[in-house]
Amino acid sequence: MADEIILLDFWPSMFGMKVRIALAEKGLKYEYRDEDLFNKGPLLLEMNPIHKKIPVLIHNGKPICESQIIVQYIDEVWKDKSPLLPSDPYHRAQARFWADYIDKKLHLLGARLWRTKGEEQEANKKEYIECLKLLEGELGDKPYFGGENFGFVDVNLMPYFSWLYVFEIAANFSIEAECPKLITWAKRCMEKESVSTSLPDHQKLYDFFLQLKKWHGIE
Amino acid sequence: MAEELKLFRTWSSVFALRIVWALKIKGVEYETIFEDLSNKSPSLLQYNPVHKKVPVLVHNGKPIAESLVILEYIDETWRETPLLPEDPYERAMARFWAKFGDDKVLTSIVWGVFFKEGKEQEEAMLEAMEHLQFLEDELKGKRFFGGERIGFVDLALGWLANMISIFEEVAGLKMVDEDKFPLLAAWMQEFADSPIIKDNWPPRDKMIAKFQALRDAKLAAAASK
Repeated sequence: MADEIILLDFWPSMFGMKVRIALAEKGLKYEYRDEDLFNKGPLLLEMNPIHKKIPVLIHNGKPICESQIIVQYIDEVWKDKSPLLPSDPYHRAQARFWADYIDKKLHLLGARLWRTKGEEQEANKKEYIECLKLLEGELGDKPYFGGENFGFVDVNLMPYFSWLYVFEIAANFSIEAECPKLITWAKRCMEKESVSTSLPDHQKLYDFFLQLKKWHGIE
Repeated sequence: MAEELKLFRTWSSVFALRIVWALKIKGVEYETIFEDLSNKSPSLLQYNPVHKKVPVLVHNGKPIAESLVILEYIDETWRETPLLPEDPYERAMARFWAKFGDDKVLTSIVWGVFFKEGKEQEEAMLEAMEHLQFLEDELKGKRFFGGERIGFVDLALGWLANMISIFEEVAGLKMVDEDKFPLLAAWMQEFADSPIIKDNWPPRDKMIAKFQALRDAKLAAAASK
């Protein structure tokens, strides 16, 4: 019996992007549904009654929520193709640690970047770059965070890089000088079809961001 | 080569307790290093330079930080008495509830209800009750969140079994009413009475004193704003 996979998503969501990349890495066919987050559909509310958020992966009728949990689920079910987590428990723990760090720090700091101004924004920029530098240190000279192969941490970080383009314009800074290795890494990842087809066009994302600012009443 | 396993913890950290429970359930020997978080040891800073927090598990010199990450590491390294289920869907559910516990339950109860007062506390209480209802529903037909025996989710939520009564005493309000949450109350009792768990709670009087002081400080800081 063929697997039935549905992804409830919202195209600008960094969390949704992670799942798209993971599904593409595994070469999986699925039905993509873009949700209207101002008018959440009955399927979303039924499949994620607790958080009512995207992404939700529905596999043969059973929902899985929370992007990191979904990516691990995908990796465990379709374990024979392009493994995302390494096999060694210590390296798996390190991958989970960094994925957790990315979600906890970058997400919050990124949001603060565009919602603040002046001195506060400068301080947030500094902290954001510090976090990226820490990640760059973790990457070291490896082609990917996963080592020779694109892996779990790479999947988790790339979506933030699609939004980084927006943040750099919004907060007027560039990480090119500060984190050259990360820029190279991001370019390398974008050469993978699973990544480039999962991330939105920069201009489209920026236009969405301008809309988002309006909704939040920010100039 | 003998295994070298060290756990950096504090006497009161509920996150570190998860690791104590997991290692004892698996029957794994380890050395405990108690930290004073106001005076962190060079070892702690070396092993957890990113967050500088406990717990940290150091296995043959290699450190792992973040309690839920450590639990999965322990489960994958010592495979007897598994904490997570075999089936990928059930594992995803277990991870979901553990995350829900930390992100929502703990946050609303500790930061919302316990560390606040007045209207803010009332609003946080409503939110906390919603979260607790989800846990109540999840326990239907089960003795533990893990089924017949203690599992990953029980260890992740286990802090409730001890801390709720401490919070209730210090803050002077009821959070888990046995009439409203009969299954949750029963689980809390059953978990707290389980062999390994009941021998490892931190001293109650010390916890009451500590959390009283923490609450007083937070309320004073909020009042002076």
